[in-house]
Amino acid sequence: MTLPQQTTTSTDVGKLIGSVERFRNEGYRLVQIGCTKVGDLYEINYCFDKDYHFENLRITITGDTEVPSISGMYWNSFIYENEMHDLFGIQVRGMNIDFKGTLFRTAVKYPFSQPPVTVTKGDKP
Amino acid sequence: MAYFEMVKTALRTVLQQPVTILYPAQAAKKTPLSRGHVIIDESRCISCGTCQRKCPAQAILISKEAKTWQIDRFRCVVCNSCVDTCPVKCLFMDTQYTAPAAVKGVETVTITYVKPPKPEKKDEPKQ
Amino acid sequence: MTKQIIVPFGPQHPVLPEPIHLDLVLEDETVVDVIPSIGYIHRGFEKLVEKREFPEYVYVAERTCGICSFIHGATYCQGIEQIMNIEVPERAQYLRVIWSEFSRLHSHLLWLGLFADSFGFENLFMGVWKTRERVLDFMEETTGGRVIQGTSKIGGVRRDISSERLDQMVKDLDVLDQEMKELTTVFLHDDSVRHRLRNVGTISRDDAYHLGACGPTGRGSGVAVDARKLGYGAYDRLNVQVVTDSCGDCYSRCAVRAKELFTSTDLIRQAAKKIPEGPVDVKVTGAPDGEYFMRAEQPRGELVHYLKGNGTRFLVRSRIRTPTLSNIPPLIKMLQGCELADVPVIVLSIDPCISCTER
Repeated sequence: MTLPQQTTTSTDVGKLIGSVERFRNEGYRLVQIGCTKVGDLYEINYCFDKDYHFENLRITITGDTEVPSISGMYWNSFIYENEMHDLFGIQVRGMNIDFKGTLFRTAVKYPFSQPPVTVTKGDKP
Repeated sequence: MAYFEMVKTALRTVLQQPVTILYPAQAAKKTPLSRGHVIIDESRCISCGTCQRKCPAQAILISKEAKTWQIDRFRCVVCNSCVDTCPVKCLFMDTQYTAPAAVKGVETVTITYVKPPKPEKKDEPKQ
Repeated sequence: MTKQIIVPFGPQHPVLPEPIHLDLVLEDETVVDVIPSIGYIHRGFEKLVEKREFPEYVYVAERTCGICSFIHGATYCQGIEQIMNIEVPERAQYLRVIWSEFSRLHSHLLWLGLFADSFGFENLFMGVWKTRERVLDFMEETTGGRVIQGTSKIGGVRRDISSERLDQMVKDLDVLDQEMKELTTVFLHDDSVRHRLRNVGTISRDDAYHLGACGPTGRGSGVAVDARKLGYGAYDRLNVQVVTDSCGDCYSRCAVRAKELFTSTDLIRQAAKKIPEGPVDVKVTGAPDGEYFMRAEQPRGELVHYLKGNGTRFLVRSRIRTPTLSNIPPLIKMLQGCELADVPVIVLSIDPCISCTER
């Protein structure tokens, strides 16, 4: 049993809204928006699905690029975009519900963009 | 209009014995595979450190010079990883849970493994 | 102009299994708007992937959630196996299906019990959880753990079930079916239950699809999406029935989950009949290099594990998107326009598993 290979389409920030609008018009639903830190760059994956057919759209940005929100077309994207902002520090412009950094309240700001912290045995928790 | 659909089941439950176990007065039900706590056979441990590396909770600490094997029972999540990966199979999973304690501490066991001496080399030419 | 007041719901509430906070904006007794707030049990699991090697990360992935733990572990293993092109033996695939379906049974029975408790029917709650004990006993006998199974590993499963045990299991399923039938009759046919659930928390099919409702929350409104149809594991050789309902209210979501109990027992019987003999694991060497989005069907909906490796023993990224995270926007839509006393029933009807949501 092998599952189908998945293809990723890369695009850049300026063309993002246009590509997402095309998916919306064809009836795809938003599965998730996920962020990965690779070196100094951030890869953001927008995943869509229709009738079990999976499509992935990817943009690669630096830490200070502002990403436009897709909540105009997909109302439920606010939860992923707020999570992305709270954990990675990515600025998203125009969210329909903006928590302004209070969705995940962590001791370290933007924890996933920091290098891992090592706690050795014997340190007090 | 259907009401009181639950009456038959409820009456049957009332007339049966209760199914709850009066733990800890009665023993908890356990199966042979149940995971309770980790025990070590100290006469077989070779202090290789595999269990320390594989433990996802970092609960085991081995000291080769002092010949001790230490486990923090409160960090251990009883996942069976150390039991599966031990190369000499000296770790076992017992079915009873760790007893409650008032103070957190580590349990230290002294390793009593003695490496058997190498067999004497016979001076025979290879056939 | 009626005055609006804000009532906080949660994070501690008797009906919630895990903490979530909702600020309800009320006009008299009607809810006008909802502002959700999560983040009470954020544990940072995805960051732990940088410190645990990829074979040991299975244990971390399993402990994301206590109710749906087996499927998290199995999906992670399947994602890594897909990246590394490992062929898992057939017996292991069927065993994973059997344990996944038992996991689904215990999760739905747990939810049915909590749901009965949310509208005050405690006798039914206790009766359902008594039946659930049979499922947990089976899990403990075959895997060693009632809640966290710990049997998934990369390349297969850790434990085997003997064929005598499988025959005994199929006989016990008949007893289980009988008990579940009695209990689901109360949920579906009793009028006092129906008065609390009909036309409460309605969401239309289009809204559910575009807001991202997945699992029984979406299927109760007619969105027929079930990730088991993708054919991972041994599901492509079994007959999976997708249960849907068209009304979109709390009663439909309850009916979908009640009927899924019986499709699960049917799948277990099919798997027990078709399971072949053979080994249960393969040896794994090397490290994953590549990425994959592994999708699976959890009791609550569609789970996505995104894994990215770069050839070393530590993965670059593990992203877990759980179904409850996707079901929160439809929840906001459902709550608009309902009465304050119906809020606990509606919040529980999406089956919130907040510890999965926040990892």
